[in-house]
Amino acid sequence: MYPADLKYTKEHEWIRVEGGKGRVGITHHAQSALGDVVFVELPKVGRRLKQMETFGVVESVKAVSDLYCPASGEVVEVNTALEGKPELVNQDCYGAGWMIVVKVADPKELNKLMDAKAYEAYLAAEGGH
Amino acid sequence: MSGETVGTRGLVFNEPLIFEQGSPGRVGYSLPTSGVREVKPDRLIPKKLLRDDIPGFPEVSEVDVVRHFTRMSQWNYGIDLGFYPLGSCTMKYNPRLNEDMARLPGFARAHPYQPEAVSQGALQLLWELEQYLAEICGMDRVSLQPSAGAHGELTGIMLIRAYHISKGNPRKKILIPDSAHGTNPASSAVCGYQVVSVKSGPRGVVEPQAVAEVMDEEVAGIMVTNPNTLGIFEDHILEIAKIVHGKGGQVYCDGANLNAFVGIARPGDMGIDVIQLNVHKTFSTPHGGGGPGAGPVAMKRHLAPFMPVPTVEKKGKEFTLNYKLPKSIGKVRSFYGSFGVLVRAYTYIRTLGPTGLRRAAEVAVINANYILSRLKGTYHLPYDRFCMHECVFDDALQVPDNVKTLDIAKRLMDYGFHPPTIYFPLIVHGALMIEPTETESKETLDQFIAAMKAIAKEAKENGDLVRGAPHNPRVSRMDETKAARQPNLRWRPKASGS
Amino acid sequence: MRYIPNTDADCRQMLDAIGVRSVEDLFADIPAAVRLKRPLRIPPALSEADLTRHIRGLAAKNADADRYSTFLGAGCYNHFSPAIIGHLISRGEFLTAYTPYQPEISQGTLQVMYEYQSLICQLTGMEVSNASMYEGASATAEAILMAHRVTGRNEVVVMRSVHPEYRQVARTYAQQIGLTFHEVGFTPAGTADLRAAKAALSEKSACLVVQNPNFFGAVEDLAELAGAAHAVGALLVVAVPEPVSLGLLRPPGECGADIVAGEGQALGVPMSFGGPYLGVFATQEKYMRQMPGRLVGATLDREGRTGYVLTLATREQHIRREKATSNICTSEALIALIATIYMETLGKNGLREVALQNLRKAAFAKERLARVRGCSLRFSGPTFNEFVVQVKRKPADLLKGLLRKQIIGGLDLGQFYPELKDCLLVCVTEQHSREEVEALAKAMGGGR
Repeated sequence: MYPADLKYTKEHEWIRVEGGKGRVGITHHAQSALGDVVFVELPKVGRRLKQMETFGVVESVKAVSDLYCPASGEVVEVNTALEGKPELVNQDCYGAGWMIVVKVADPKELNKLMDAKAYEAYLAAEGGH
Repeated sequence: MSGETVGTRGLVFNEPLIFEQGSPGRVGYSLPTSGVREVKPDRLIPKKLLRDDIPGFPEVSEVDVVRHFTRMSQWNYGIDLGFYPLGSCTMKYNPRLNEDMARLPGFARAHPYQPEAVSQGALQLLWELEQYLAEICGMDRVSLQPSAGAHGELTGIMLIRAYHISKGNPRKKILIPDSAHGTNPASSAVCGYQVVSVKSGPRGVVEPQAVAEVMDEEVAGIMVTNPNTLGIFEDHILEIAKIVHGKGGQVYCDGANLNAFVGIARPGDMGIDVIQLNVHKTFSTPHGGGGPGAGPVAMKRHLAPFMPVPTVEKKGKEFTLNYKLPKSIGKVRSFYGSFGVLVRAYTYIRTLGPTGLRRAAEVAVINANYILSRLKGTYHLPYDRFCMHECVFDDALQVPDNVKTLDIAKRLMDYGFHPPTIYFPLIVHGALMIEPTETESKETLDQFIAAMKAIAKEAKENGDLVRGAPHNPRVSRMDETKAARQPNLRWRPKASGS
Repeated sequence: MRYIPNTDADCRQMLDAIGVRSVEDLFADIPAAVRLKRPLRIPPALSEADLTRHIRGLAAKNADADRYSTFLGAGCYNHFSPAIIGHLISRGEFLTAYTPYQPEISQGTLQVMYEYQSLICQLTGMEVSNASMYEGASATAEAILMAHRVTGRNEVVVMRSVHPEYRQVARTYAQQIGLTFHEVGFTPAGTADLRAAKAALSEKSACLVVQNPNFFGAVEDLAELAGAAHAVGALLVVAVPEPVSLGLLRPPGECGADIVAGEGQALGVPMSFGGPYLGVFATQEKYMRQMPGRLVGATLDREGRTGYVLTLATREQHIRREKATSNICTSEALIALIATIYMETLGKNGLREVALQNLRKAAFAKERLARVRGCSLRFSGPTFNEFVVQVKRKPADLLKGLLRKQIIGGLDLGQFYPELKDCLLVCVTEQHSREEVEALAKAMGGGR
């Protein structure tokens, strides 16, 4: 449920770093808590984000959640497939349901994030909230 | 389930969209005669500014129209049909006398710009209504202009902002308890204020310490709801008002729950500076499927200079509209307010009088506590104390059987009841907010209690029945995901041909 | 008390079940210092018969369109309303229903709203409509706030030919968040001054706000104005206080409007001394998620039957809270029902016929009043059902004289436009007979 090669934020985003770039999405826990995702609001390519700055919004029928960027950087790719098929976030949150790719400005920032084990422990402590 | 339930099935009709009905040449109307020359429109207005036919408008007979709407009306639940225990909505009986009065031609056929000399009856009604609402709230002036509760909240926050501007600094923040209705932070944001959330205490009320921690000279005010959305009286209100006033802030009260203490206590005596009322709640005007309502704003005199214009004044025996308020915030809508709705509220207040209004509050509170005491133990009570006019349960005792608040609500429909408010306030997970109002008899309450107990039993013994509910209405649960992912918000005429 | 079924005996039983001695125990949380220690000082209850007499007395003190010949318009119109409307909206299933949050038992309200949204789209030529706002002025204010959200810009260009109260309400809303207004005047034809509008528009403009027909009854060339707005990346907001005009006029959606904010009172809704009315709000699909107000959408239930639900609720206050597109909650559902019945009863032909009668009767009145001694037409351009008459006598005196003859002759424009202080705004609808117009002309000074 929580792939070992990813890093996680307290707001339930994940980041997969490949080369100098980080692919970002939301975790299984987040998509399950939201329910059916109906809309994802994403930034434009070129936008510069700071770590934990909000980059967009994910909506289900009855709830709205801000999306926080796990690492500072410039947005280089945006998953336009989510426009027509927001359900990809529910179906494949670590794969086809990815949201943005950022050019990671400072790899040291990633140390502030949790690894898979720490994230699972964090979820357990939160009490499945 | 023994005996007859309230809800059952009946003869109900399918009724397509009007656009799928009718045929060319069918007529549903009768217009006045012309009597003037039938000039071609393009002789009066340039052709490029004129339209062709209106696409997709139907051609149906009067009979078609009457059947269309009568059949659709049968798919609705209404107070006239049964119990409507929506928390914080105060779904009390809508008196028919109010309807007759609002329809009197002297009101219904009056134009707002007609001369004051021939509008004295309307102006008198507005003036008298202001006096009654001011007395009920313990306030000095009332603006009758806002057209809904949220509109009243917006007006109230605008008044507070204007007040602070007059003192040199609009300030930046509004304090709002986490149990507040969504319109509270939304109204603050429309006025450009940043919302600071105040956590409710363990007893379900706002603790003065929590307010003191965030109160400073950049806070314009606090928005409280009293009783709050848990149906509990904010018993620290005087202390909280003192803390806020102490740093120059203002206390706004969301008066949606006023039905709990009309005639028993008054917001103006609680340190509150400004409050909006919801006449479509406390004062019986009909909800109409989502309006019209009205949200008069009552205020202490230090906010009166900023009132929207015009105000209604009495000079000797005459009533006039006063536009000369140099510090007024302006207007929040055209003309004077939802006059027809205000006529209904006026009629209601004159029907009940001081004794009736007080009795309404007392019985509303008794009815709610009766439900609370009879359902306690069957459903989980997050705050185990007496309530005011509404009580809040949650689904904690049903969740182990995989039955949730939503399922309980849907199953109630099969028993012939509109569900209570669900999933609000947000601070109670799986909330079920029940407000019976004073216009329900003990028999009705007992039927509702029996239905809720039956559903709790079904949750344990036959969960699928509850999870699959509702079974009786014409349609079952809607695919709300599809509605949001593929929005279909209008009928479209076919591209060509029919 | 006939609205409170429970008697003292019933209450006694319930208090026993609750486990308290008296109702006072249930109010124990209210601090004594705050308890009201006297009855409310409002008049004692009146019986139904006495109260009816009293209120009828109040109503009788008002002029109304049945007993007076009234030529007032200016955002509230005296139109014919079919008899069936009153009966249908009085059905308890419509009148006493709540907002349709539980769709299974509110399909009546929901399907009506879906039809309403569809009809408004077709009438205005726009792609999506919401299920109502409060009324035209605040709807226009919300349109401006939406344009600000969409463009991120802080300036608003408004024509002075937009209803003065609409402009005032727009300012009241906009000043809370610091938007600046530039007002632009009108031409001798009584229409929006396009050149001046172009001069006022800039890359800082969120929108251009125009009204059609405008406050003087003049018909605007919306396409030209849309061009001017779009040239600087601003939105065109079109206010429509008189939607009956859309039975004849090219709809704003076909002219490049981005948002239509209107008043639905003309669609069969009683004048009722200013309210309740109906805020119309429509826009293009690309802006859908920035719209305020409720939206009803079609979908399927678990058995595949078509049904309707409130949708895209994440824009609204109960979910988005301070980030919502508006704070609006309760709107005008029952009034939208009135407008829906009206539009469906009249249908495509009826609405066109009503509009034609308005145009023709007003044209007749224009011509007739222009021949009255001391009267002339102030503006030269084409108008719909309202027009401005310049008079030699002081308007206040003229109107007083007319009132003595049970005629309400029009609106004294001096209160809104100092440069028009010798003018009246006169409205003529299908409700006026030729004889009434003749009577007005005669009373105003006869004619040649």
